[in-house]
Formats: sequence, C-alpha cells, structure tokens
Amino acid sequence: MGIRFQVLVRLKGGVLDVQGKAIESGLRDKKFDNLKNIRVGRAIELDVEGVSKDAAWAQVDEVCKLLLANPVIEQYEIREVE
Amino acid sequence: MRVAVVVFPGTNCDQDVLHVFGGLLGAEVFPVWHRDRDLKRADLVVLPGGFSYGDYLRTGALAKLSPVMDSVREFAGKGGRVLGICNGFQILCEAGLLPGALLENVGRRFLSQFVRIRVESTVGFFTAGREGGGVITCPIAHFQGNYFADEETLKEIEDNRQVVFRYCDPHGVVEAGTLECNVNGSRNAIAGVSNRAGNVVGLMPHPERAVEAVIGYVGGESGLEPFRAVCKS
Repeated sequence: MGIRFQVLVRLKGGVLDVQGKAIESGLRDKKFDNLKNIRVGRAIELDVEGVSKDAAWAQVDEVCKLLLANPVIEQYEIREVE
Repeated sequence: MRVAVVVFPGTNCDQDVLHVFGGLLGAEVFPVWHRDRDLKRADLVVLPGGFSYGDYLRTGALAKLSPVMDSVREFAGKGGRVLGICNGFQILCEAGLLPGALLENVGRRFLSQFVRIRVESTVGFFTAGREGGGVITCPIAHFQGNYFADEETLKEIEDNRQVVFRYCDPHGVVEAGTLECNVNGSRNAIAGVSNRAGNVVGLMPHPERAVEAVIGYVGGESGLEPFRAVCKS
C-alpha cells in the first residue's frame, strides 16, 4: 500500500484569478453579492509506493517543484490523506 | 541556415513555420519529434504553436518534460538561438528559459483576431536588426496569453530591454490599460520577451501567419521581415 497525498495548487496572492472573477460575477447575478475574493485552485491526488514516509514527502515536494505547480504564479500545499 | 522545428503531440503550427523558413526563405528545415534528442546541428530551434499535450495541467507544462527539451536547454545554454511562438512561448516560460508565465486572458475569451505589435528592443535575436522599431500586424489565437511576471522580474526585464514586442494600436501607441490595445491584459502590454542574452525569444502572436500578402489579410506580409532577418544573420 502506498501513501496517499493530496496536493493543493493555488495562484499566488497577487496573481489575477480570472476564473474566480467569473464565478464571483455569476453568483452575484443570483444575489450572492456578499461572496468575495473567490479563488480557484486545483487538487491533485497521488499514491507514493515503496518508499518511507519521509522519502515520499520529499518526492511529492520534488514533483510539485518540477511540474505540479509553477512557482512563478502558483503556491502549493501538500497533505497526507487517509 | 538549418532550422529545427520541434513537434510535440498537439503542436499544430509546425507546417506554417516549416513553410516560412523552408518554402519562402530557402533555409534547410526539418521537424524534430519531441521524443528525439538530436537537434541535427540546427542553427535555430523553433517551438511552434499549438496545444501540446492538450494544454493539460497548464499550457506548456507537460511539454517541458519531453526528452527534446533537455537538448533545447543545452543548446540554449551554449548560446543557440531558440524561438517560441504562442504555445512555444508558453513552453519556454514553463521550462524556465524565459522569465514570467502566461495566464488566462483577462476577458476569459479565446482570442482569435489580428493584433498589432510594436518592436521594442533589439536585444532578442528575432528583432536584432530592427533599430527603427516598427509595427507588425499578425494574428493571435490563444486563451492563455496574458503575460505575467512579478514586479521584481518585470523591472528586471524592462531594465535589461528584454521586452521584444508590445501590443499597440494602429498608430504604434501602446495603451496597456485598455483591452482594445492590450487585448489579453498582459503586464505592460508585453507580447514577447527574450532572455538576458537575447538568444531565446518567445512571443504570443503568430507572425508566421502574416508572411504572404495574398493570404495575409490585413497583416499582409508584415510578419515576414524578422524571419528573413534571422536567416541573414
């Protein structure tokens, strides 16, 4: 059995999130005009097999930097899930 | 002049680029499949437009992991000239060969239209001969063309004159604050940038689609000049 991880990738604070803006304006049309600062991210889940917990964390961090997140515009957060 | 045109799964502007360099300008052109590592003694490597890997994850993100990109990185590191157009620009940014990133267009529309871009700098090899600047009219076709770089990077690339093209109006005036001019909302209306050394250049617009007056529509053949200059230099 591998260790299951969830990676949350979000746009950094200063980066305009046009999807979030579109969602906000759609909801505003339905009178949810008090919902603000909607930001859209991405959740990526994966199993890491055959290595220790520490090595698994290091590996997930490595692939976040390599591919899953673009450090120019995004930040990421790694969680271990059951 | 030997021009390698890299083809990823989903690339769709490779034939246009092969035609410009091979058909119109008489260069020796050849496609290089993304699984290959051999750039076959190319003088110039072009990453053409398209939707490599279906734009999965982020535009250009998966393409940067293709084997050919190791060779492109090495080639660029030695001063080899690399040009990325549209998706090719996105790939070069993802690969870290160019500064910044391309976000979704501010208006959240796929933009398929003609734009005007002003030559801003001769640091990049693609505009090296254009001291007089000038305006190119050519199409764009993208959903993620909104150039982004943080303030620090932006200052750096402006100071080093790495901004190669900016979106402008018909008179060559740049109005970064209006979407009529800066159609996708790019920072500082940036349409193309180079690396510090100038041997890697990327741009969102498609000058290779405005190279023959007979089919260039409003763009005429205004896109041809930089390709021609590259072949001569």
